[in-house]
Amino acid sequence: MFEALSDRFEGIFGRLRNRGRLSEDDIDEVLREIRVALLEADVNLRVVRSFQNRVREALVGEDLSRALNPAQQVIKAVHQELVNTLGGETVRITFATRPPTVVLMAGLQGSGKTTTSGKLARWFKSQGRNPLLVAADLQRPAAVEQLRTLARQVDVPVFSAPDEVIRSGTGDPVEVARQCLAEATRLGRDVVIIDTAGRLAIDAELMEQVRQISEATQPHYTFLVVDAMTGQDAVNVAEAFHATLSLDGVILTKLDGDARGGAALSVKEVVGKPIAFASTGEKLADFDLFHPDRLAGRILGMGDVLTLIEKAEQVYEHSEAEAAAEALLEGRFTLEDFLQQMQQLKKMGPLSGILGMMPGVPKEVRDAQIDDSHLARIEAIIRSMTTAERADPTVIDASRRGRIAKGSGTNPQEVQALVGQFNEVQRLMKRFGGFGSKRSKGSRKDRKNDKKKGKGATRGGGRVTTRGPVAVPNINLEELAEKEKAKRPGGGLKLPGLDL
Amino acid sequence: MQLAVIALVALLVLGLLAAGVVVVRHRSKVVAAPRQRRVSGPPTPAAPAVTQPRTSPHVAPAPSEPDAQAGVEVLAEGPVAEPAAPAPVVELVEPFEVAPALRPSFRDRLSKARDAIAGSFRAILARTSIDADTWDELEEALIKADVGVELTMELLDTLRLRAKDESITEPDRLLDALKAQLKARLAGADRSLRLEAGAPNVWLFVGVNGVGKTTTIGKVGHQQAEQGRSVLMAAGDTFRAAAAEQLETWAERAGADFVRGAEGGDPSSVVFDGVQRAAARGVELVLADTAGRLHTKSNLMDELTKVRRVAAREPGRLTEVLLVLDAVTGQNGLVQAQQFTQATELTGVVLTKLDGSAKGGIVLAIEARLGIPVKLVGLGEAIGDLVEFDPDEFVDALFD
Repeated sequence: MFEALSDRFEGIFGRLRNRGRLSEDDIDEVLREIRVALLEADVNLRVVRSFQNRVREALVGEDLSRALNPAQQVIKAVHQELVNTLGGETVRITFATRPPTVVLMAGLQGSGKTTTSGKLARWFKSQGRNPLLVAADLQRPAAVEQLRTLARQVDVPVFSAPDEVIRSGTGDPVEVARQCLAEATRLGRDVVIIDTAGRLAIDAELMEQVRQISEATQPHYTFLVVDAMTGQDAVNVAEAFHATLSLDGVILTKLDGDARGGAALSVKEVVGKPIAFASTGEKLADFDLFHPDRLAGRILGMGDVLTLIEKAEQVYEHSEAEAAAEALLEGRFTLEDFLQQMQQLKKMGPLSGILGMMPGVPKEVRDAQIDDSHLARIEAIIRSMTTAERADPTVIDASRRGRIAKGSGTNPQEVQALVGQFNEVQRLMKRFGGFGSKRSKGSRKDRKNDKKKGKGATRGGGRVTTRGPVAVPNINLEELAEKEKAKRPGGGLKLPGLDL
Repeated sequence: MQLAVIALVALLVLGLLAAGVVVVRHRSKVVAAPRQRRVSGPPTPAAPAVTQPRTSPHVAPAPSEPDAQAGVEVLAEGPVAEPAAPAPVVELVEPFEVAPALRPSFRDRLSKARDAIAGSFRAILARTSIDADTWDELEEALIKADVGVELTMELLDTLRLRAKDESITEPDRLLDALKAQLKARLAGADRSLRLEAGAPNVWLFVGVNGVGKTTTIGKVGHQQAEQGRSVLMAAGDTFRAAAAEQLETWAERAGADFVRGAEGGDPSSVVFDGVQRAAARGVELVLADTAGRLHTKSNLMDELTKVRRVAAREPGRLTEVLLVLDAVTGQNGLVQAQQFTQATELTGVVLTKLDGSAKGGIVLAIEARLGIPVKLVGLGEAIGDLVEFDPDEFVDALFD
């Protein structure tokens, strides 16, 4: 299965040490890896090719001899190119001088148009506007009902055909569209969002219908709604819709899954219009303007650091976290601290989700069945300990173990294992925190960690830290965070070093 | 710095997991996770209200032979014919013969799509000898069909050996060999839908959002009802706005029984009620809808495991768990199948929306890697457009 791109690059660049510039052949090899990575992310083959060419140009002149880590340098170049491709100008929603501002939603069946229409209505409301939702999907049973339910949730009116017409299934969406502008004016709504039925791009009849809707309403913005899971076909779809409707932008949905979202790149490339919004969850609030840099990392399989940092900020007390990290690296980390940190972690959502966003986590780990109920077990064990035991687990003897096991509904072996592992991990962390990285070869724990970290990770020796005395050869998280914050493109890049 | 702590704690937890402190238990043991994604309204886990089918006049469950022995006859003609005994595979050969004239062929349906994308294969066939470009074009075609890089490479490696062995030199023969290789891979899988006599059979439909689960159930229900089987649809999607209404419309059209729950209610209880009701009324087939969910949401996947468990409980008999997959899905489809089968032990895949320009090649990877066969294919919006998967036509269409 897919390994992080960085891992693959490590292999190539391992052979290149001290050679400075990349040869033609080296570049070809790098580009092949990039190609595979992009194809696995569902970027369209055609788009991959043109992208490869641009990266080649960027790489040919590049002097990598002085780069600390040529692999990272190359990934940075690729990432930058991706950000450029995905980004460019961002959509600026301006409002019509003579309201209403009309927004038309189009796309395949099941891409999420109706839900997105609801979300968009909410977004416009948050911008101080008064949207009107128009249900022009008279095809799918109960589509109108779905839009009405969503509209109730965001408190926005819905305009559609009369109920008996909807039920009869003979309603004409073009007619609905024709009337909706007058209705908006009558109700004093300044934004109109038209939800259309899903249609196949090759269905000439339905494409003609949506064209007529567009003609009747003269939308200021026509958005194509694209599912992040879409494969190679995204290009054909985008081309067809663009040819019919002349799109103004794209809305990417279902980004909360684990699809790498390469379709976005394909669509952007083909249509040449920006990706305006991204939908990142089922809640109506999970919807915002699109951030190209985040998706770029994701397409390359590098995790979503910025989102992770944002989430962390929502739940973590900065100073508290800092203290904990310091304690961890200095070996003063107790079970009590661990419990606290674990609870913070839990607030950020399921562990698997967090791991998924963490760059450099090998796929096997990410895909591992991590059930958050395991956290509950660990928690139960720790909670069954006295304060003294938490501070110094070495005092736990057989009798205490038995008590803890009883208290937590586990068994003494599990308690023992937890304590044993905790000690071992703690010792390891302490070593990370210290200067050397003389890893004792062959210990079970070390091997285990190696596995988790992927190849490149352990090589550099001590690394992740807060600040202060610890030597950090290739990454400083704080700096990274700052950079990400400053939206300096490419900030999220030094990922190989980050993979704890 | 927060990130470091998170990473370390996560690692610590992982270390503990890996060390086996917390034995990874079977998923089904952890269904406690509360449903957390409600957007509005308080959770109403009340017992689902059973709606009387509005179409009672023509619901009359399969007037002719609703009794158990009918099973035998049914088996011979139905698309879903498979008795408990594994023997009569032969009888499965002719599915959906109900209206043979109406059965759309891949070719008819797909020709529309194929016009839209000029066949890259004409170029291959135009060549006189096999060269690097030929191989590139084959690779391209497979990748463009969403087969995935890994499987594509595997297929082509095998093909290279074969080409050498059989000293194939013409591009068109090479293409034929590739097709044959793909068809051979797909041959032999049991693609029949299981229906056992006696207890109400339950077919559970799962999948991510927007793939067409509800529509698929509507069509399957309709077809089954047309074949004289009594059908009940259980609106297990209690989450999406108006999903139950959508299914109800289908149930009305199909003249099927219909059971729904309170919006936001527990889907397991809806399925439970559906099975109970089916058992009480002697209904043969329960089609259970579920809310679309991303396979990454562990609490929702746990919920699905529970639904599965409830559906399998007496008096019901869970005979199919079908993953509904949109043909437009790319490489993520494999991950979806993996996760859904882990949660619910899939018995098959329904590939929808194949009448578009997408080719649905990811199902090849799903069959190759997970051994889950494609059973049904959606070729259009009409009820009759849901047909049994035909490997040969599917493979031919990949290269059209």
